[in-house]
Formats: sequence, structure tokens, C-alpha cells
Amino acid sequence: MNRRDFIRYLGAATGGAILVPIGLSGCAVAPTGDKSISRATPARLAYGSPAPRAHANGDGAPRMIVVFLRGAVDGLNVVVPHGDPEYYRARPSIAVARPGQANGALDLTGYFGLHPALAPLLPYWESGQLAFVHASGSPDGSRSHFEAQDYMETGTPGQHTTRDGWLNRLMGYLPPSESPLQALNVGDATPRILSGHNVVANLQSGRAATRPGLIDQPRMLQAYSPLYEGDDAIAKAYRDGIAARRELMAEINSQEQQMANNGAPLPNGLSMDTARLGRLMRHDPRIRLAFLAVGGWDTHINQGNGTGQLAGRLSPLGAGLATLAHELGPAFNDTVIVVMSEFGRTFRENGNGGTDHGHGNALWLMGGNLRGGKIYGQWPGLNQAALNEGRDLAITTDFRAVLCALSERHMRIPDQALEKIFPQYANGAKGVPNLFV
Amino acid sequence: MRPLRQNPSAAPAARARCLLTLALLGLLAGQLPAAHAATPTPAAAPLSEQERALHVLNRLAYGPRPGDLEEVERMGVKRYIDQQLHPERIPLPAQLQASLAALPGLQMTPAQLFVDYGPPSFDKEGSKEEKQAARQRAPRELTPQFHMARLLQATDSPRQLEEVMTEFWANHFNVFEGKEWVRYWVGDYEKNAIRPYALGNFRDLLGAVAHHPAMLYYLDNWLSSGADTRGARGRFKGLNENYARELMELHTLGVDGGYQQADVITLARILSGWTIDVNAMKAGAAPFSFAAQRHDPNPKVFLGKPLAATGYQEGEAALDILANHPATARFISTQLVQYFVSDQPDPALVQKLSQTFLATHGDLRAVLKTLFDSPQFWARSNYQTQFKTPYQFVVSALRASDIPVRNAKPVNGALAQFGMPLYGWLTPEGYKYSQAAWLNPDALLRRINFAGNLVNGKSPIARPEGEAPPSNADARPVDAQQLLRTLGPAVAPQTAAKILAAPENVQAGLILGGPDFMKR
Repeated sequence: MNRRDFIRYLGAATGGAILVPIGLSGCAVAPTGDKSISRATPARLAYGSPAPRAHANGDGAPRMIVVFLRGAVDGLNVVVPHGDPEYYRARPSIAVARPGQANGALDLTGYFGLHPALAPLLPYWESGQLAFVHASGSPDGSRSHFEAQDYMETGTPGQHTTRDGWLNRLMGYLPPSESPLQALNVGDATPRILSGHNVVANLQSGRAATRPGLIDQPRMLQAYSPLYEGDDAIAKAYRDGIAARRELMAEINSQEQQMANNGAPLPNGLSMDTARLGRLMRHDPRIRLAFLAVGGWDTHINQGNGTGQLAGRLSPLGAGLATLAHELGPAFNDTVIVVMSEFGRTFRENGNGGTDHGHGNALWLMGGNLRGGKIYGQWPGLNQAALNEGRDLAITTDFRAVLCALSERHMRIPDQALEKIFPQYANGAKGVPNLFV
Repeated sequence: MRPLRQNPSAAPAARARCLLTLALLGLLAGQLPAAHAATPTPAAAPLSEQERALHVLNRLAYGPRPGDLEEVERMGVKRYIDQQLHPERIPLPAQLQASLAALPGLQMTPAQLFVDYGPPSFDKEGSKEEKQAARQRAPRELTPQFHMARLLQATDSPRQLEEVMTEFWANHFNVFEGKEWVRYWVGDYEKNAIRPYALGNFRDLLGAVAHHPAMLYYLDNWLSSGADTRGARGRFKGLNENYARELMELHTLGVDGGYQQADVITLARILSGWTIDVNAMKAGAAPFSFAAQRHDPNPKVFLGKPLAATGYQEGEAALDILANHPATARFISTQLVQYFVSDQPDPALVQKLSQTFLATHGDLRAVLKTLFDSPQFWARSNYQTQFKTPYQFVVSALRASDIPVRNAKPVNGALAQFGMPLYGWLTPEGYKYSQAAWLNPDALLRRINFAGNLVNGKSPIARPEGEAPPSNADARPVDAQQLLRTLGPAVAPQTAAKILAAPENVQAGLILGGPDFMKR
């Protein structure tokens, strides 16, 4: 009997409790059945034991980048509980194989492993700059993509009436800045998370970002500006747009010109955006917040396992995140990257080789000074009694606990402001272990 | 540079709320907060005849074309509305009919489209390149035709309200053209499941959508089978909740409509076996089929009502329940008020529309008539106040400048840049209709660029793909004076004065790229 099987048998024998290995050296008992966030103690446990390391200095301007995976990524195939045979029983055709097998998981803690398509991120785990908070998410039980995304972006689960996003509210508590580029959205329409009173700049996705437009001509600017002198929302949007455009174009052009001169090709797809974003944030410490959404995770059908559809989406995401970390350069030490998704997917595969809308998920964290190489949170287990409504991974860490901790300890948002950013959430960062070195 | 955050007037939403509160207080006290209004026209002054004409052209249509304002003023807005509510009485121009008839993809049945462009047309023995080319035929050949059909009608059809409601319902029952087979069918979906019912009965519309292969495919219901049924095998192995959930959340009851997860599962069981029959399509028959051997035969309780186990009829009964539900009436009414009146729907007006909806069993014409008769629709506070969606902006710009759509690709390209490509929203909730969703600094600059390029007389939109642009001598830029006449009160006098002070060759661009034309 190997160690893992021993743990499983012991777990079965104790009844109602499951055992999870911590790192390489021990086990902890994680209670099951307590699925209610309000009663659950905030996350205290951590799995994995990274080597201690010293804080590395950057330029001292804290930055946060939120990457939202729209469509609900299957967290159980991202951070794979390969140590639990229930996982393999529930997912006969879509489970990611055990480490060492063909297309198997990349082992992280002896119990959890990383999807093999995320191999580009493994070095960050090994250097302690990548962590996950497993079994986390929004306490609201909605299985609607739109509702759940909305709740995660407004930061007020269960409340429809919130009009602004938490990232926009957070912006209001950063040190005053005259830069029109304090927060950057990568993409087209402003997402809910960045909607609100504070002005957000936009960076178009792909090659369109650098294409000059009519309004970049001085004579056109001169003709249009008198029309937009009012103090209404549209006029204000125009003036903010012009200011941001000017700075962004100057910044991008000087950098990409340099790169082109060196013969470096621009990376494709997501990496093109993340490379540009990383360089911008590296060179302009006034850019504190950025948001980027990546779609295509709603894998109801033919999701695949270590290869296939989900792998095909994770692969460019992993490469894109690694590019982002790399291009941030020394600013990676000032940055935390949060990857989140509206909810997880059903524990068991469905009749179409896919998974349906579930509940708990894994939240990803990256950063130069992150206390990574760990799986944070409290693992509720995967036996029938531990599942949310008998079908999904339960949630033991409210996503707001993590965001509060990052806001307070990394972005240096004062305690009282956290109540404004996450108004219904009284706990703040309490109980969350120190996530930074 | 001015600090961005400290300025209290940098809170438009709060300010709008404050204005609204003041206005309400004023109304309650029987007087107007006259000193507060920034415009010379008092906030509660009724709209002039010309303003009323502009208002209906902006809301029931995609803005005025040259001469439209005068035409509506001449016939009277009441008659215009009545006419628009009965599109079948408005003849389609021969030119438009001919242009639509010239789109072969639009004349094919879903079965033909599937056989000619779908998997049956892929040569399994062919080389990798040949297979790739076969798959590329649909996006290359069909998609531009479907986009063209939509744009031709939106810009040229005199049945403007029908087009507005077609867009509204196509978005309400959103499908994404990028999801494999949906691409073959999105044109037929709009032509045969949406447009004929756009001003008809909601239950008929709901039924047409539920049976259409584009929706069956998009939300996976065609794969769904009752647990342990005889036909539950292979890719049809299990129950799929996707359509059942969105049918209640997005198509009928709304997310607060009072249903539970158990109802989602029950509805999925009710609709198990509603599928696409690939073999029937290969034989030329219609794609919809009820696969009895995949239908969950057990008794069901849906939204508290027991349903007799009647096979296919259960689905029709469930659609009846949903279409006539008070939550559906409220949800649809809220969306209509948001689309036609204001981003912040007035609960009293929603209530009024819901009553009509329920009393008429979902007669959409009657619901809209209630809306167009309401004082809220005509209130000055709701006049020229809605920030146009990208689609409304682009189509209204094409109409105002009288630029014919000869190539749909650059139009859809612009829409994609603005974040609103045709049939291009991946998830089933469709696009949002609100200023908050669409007004942002960068998007505004992109509209300005589009406007400037549209009016220079060389727009690629106005010539067939591949045709060379006209020479400078032949180019006919849009005439600013004509544009101002077309738009009438849509461009405020003080804005027009500033535009006319600019160099003549940029004036038309300034009109369409100016702040007044962003609103409707």
C-alpha cells in the first residue's frame, strides 16, 4: 500500500473526515460537510512547502492584474486532485491522468497537480511565485454565467443593483494620480468590473492597438475638441480618451519600434496582448490596475483530458501568463496577477464528455513576491457528502477574502476602505494567511 | 492637467439620479425645478412636432434618412406609429426585394445549408488543405450574405420597427455564429424564426425559436437525452441543462423569475428528445425532430404544476406555461422599456406593459402600442438621452448619410471594433442596451474615426468588394448641409454652429462623430 492509498483508507475509516497531505511531510484533517461560507472558518490551511526566500524589490508601485476566465473554467482539471480516486471515478473520460502517465498532471504537492497544458507556469510554481486558492468562489449559488460573473465583478454576490465594479471602486482608494492610464482594460467594451466613476483607459486587443486613427491627426483633434467641451458624461469620456490615447500611443510606439528594430517578432494571440500589457506596466509605474478577459471555457461537450478542447484553451493561457510575468521584468516584483472565473464545473462528467455549471473553483495567483508554491484554502474533499448539492466542489474560501487580502497587503488599501470596495463583506482580510514574502 | 477623481461632477450616474429626484420632487410639488435645467427648453416642456418626429424615427427606426423627418411630420407621428406597428401593410421597395433575392444563402432551407456547407460537404478522403478549404466555405460565402441581409433591411427597409424588433429579439434569443453549425443557420433563424414574429405573439416567437436548429444547436438541447432512456447513447448520452436554464433565465422568466435548480432539471427532462435529425436533413427534410426514444418518460412537476407524461406535448405545455407567466411579462416588459425609453426603466411603465402582455396573452403589437402611448415615452427627460449602441450608431450613420451598403464586411468590421459584431456575442445573454455598457473613452474615439472615414466619399461600404475606390475627382463626400437638414433637431443649434466654424471638408464627419449624434 502506498502512502496515498493509506491516507484514503484512513480517511474512509474515520468517517466524515478526509485527510489531505500537506506538502511532503504530513497530513491534516479537513472537516467535511460544512459547506456554508458564513460558518466556515476562513482559509488557514496551505498545501505545499516552498523553500523560504527573501522579498525582492521592484520600483515600489504595487500593481494588480485581473484575468477573468469567462464561461467557468473547470478548476478540477486545472489544479487536479490526482491523489483522490473519487476524481478518476467521477471523470472516466475527462480526468487528467496521474503524474508520470501520458499527458498526466504535473505534480505540485503529491495530491494536487497542474494541467499539463499549463507547463509554462510550472517554473513559477517552483520559484514560489505561483499559488492557487482551491475550493474558492462566490457564496452565491447561481449557476448562471452572467449573474455569477456580474456578482464577481461587482463584488456583491446576490445583489443585482450594484452598478459599479470592485476594481473601479478600488481605484478610488489608490494614491491620487493625474495619469489617465491608472487602470487599463484590454479589449473592447468596458467590463462590469471596471465600470464606475473612476476613469479607465482602454487598450485594444491584438494588432488594432497600434493602428493610428483619424483622431490622431492634430487638425482633426482641433476640429473635434470644441464639440466635446461640456461636463456631461460623453464629453468627459472624449477628453479622457484623448489624454489616454496620447500617452498610450507614445509608449507603445517607442517600445514596439525598438522591438521591430531588433528583429523581434510580435507574439500571437493572447501573448500579444499580455506582452504589450507587461511592457506598458513595466515602464509606466502609474498604471496600477489592468483587466483582461479570456473566453471559451464553457466546456459542456467534449472537454478532453490532458489533451483536447480544454487543453487547447489552457495552453495559450499558460503561455500568455508566462509572457506577462516575463515582460513585466522587475515590475513583476510589484505585481500580483489574479486569475478568476465565475464558478467551477460539475464534479462528474456529463453525458457529452463535458461538465456542466458547478460551484467551487480554483483561484490562481502569480507575483514576484507571492508566497507561492502553495495551494491555499481548505480542501473540502470530493466524497458525496462533501460536494455542494451533491454535484460540485464546495466552496470554503470566499473570493472576497482573497481579494481583500491582496487589496490590503499588496495594494495597501486601508482597512476601512475594504468595506467600501466589498460592502457586504465584513470579514475583510481576516484569517487569510500572509500571501507575500 | 485636471485631477480626474476629485471633481464631484465626475459622477454622472449620481448626478443623473439627483436630477431625477429633483424632477420628481418638482412634479410632486406641482412645479418645475426650472432653475436647475441647463438647456434653454424647460425640462417638462412637451416635445415640438419636429422633435416628436425625430423621436419616433430614433426609437422606432434607426434614425432619419434624408427627407424622413418631413415625411413623418407631414403624415403625423400617430399615423407613422400605427403604420410601423403593421409592417405587413408597408410594401417593400422592389430594389430591396431584388437585393435580398440575390443572396442565394438566404433562399436555402436549413437542410440544404447543412448538406451544402456542413459536415456532409467535407470530403473525408481529402487532403488536410482540402478539408480546411471545405470548412472555410461557410464563413467565406454564407456569413457575408447573412450580414448583408440584416444590414440591407436595417438601413433600407421602410418597415423600420420590424427591423428594430428583429434586432431586439435576435439579441434576446441570442445565438453565436462562431459556434460551428450555427453559422449555417443564423440567416434562416432570423428570417424564419424571428422576423415573422417580431411584432406578433410572444408564444409563437418562443415556439419558433425552440424548434429552430440554430437554437437547438447553440444551447446544446439537440444532444440532451433523458437519463437511462433507450436512445441515450454516444454523444446523446445524458441530460444537458444548458437550454432549459437559459430558456427560463434569459428567454422568459428572468433570473429572479422564481424558478429553482429543480425546475431547470425538470425542464431539461421535458425537452429531452427535442433534437436535430441529421439523417433527415441529408434526405432534405426539416431538421427538427422529437426523438421519443431519448425523451424522459417519467412524470414531472414543473414550476409547481404536474405535467402529464405526453412526450412531445410536454414541451409545448411547458412553453405555454412560460410564455404566459407573470414573471415573463415583467421581464420582457422591463427589457422593452429599457430599449425604447430609458436605461432606468420606470416601474409604473413596466407594470402597465406587463398588464397588456398578460391580458393579450403576449400580443407584442399591443404591448408596444401601450409603450408608444405612454407619457414616459414622450417625456422630454427621455428625449435624445439614450447613448446609441454601436449597432444603432453605425446603422443610423449609414441612413443619415444615405450611404448604401454594398459590402457588409467593413460594416461588420467596424461593429466588431466597437465590440458589437453581428451574431458575434458568444454567450446567450446577448448584448446589453445601456450607456454604461457602451460609453467609454476609447469606444468614443473609435466612433469618431469611423464617422470621418464614412463621409469622405471613398468608403469601402459603398462599393462591392474588390472594386477600386473612386478617384478624388469622382468621390462624392457627404454634404454637411444636407446632413444637417436630414437630422433636424438631432443636432443642437450650438453644436451646429461649432461644426460650421470648422473647415468645410471635415464638417460631415464632425456631425456624425459629434456628441449629439451619439444619442437618440
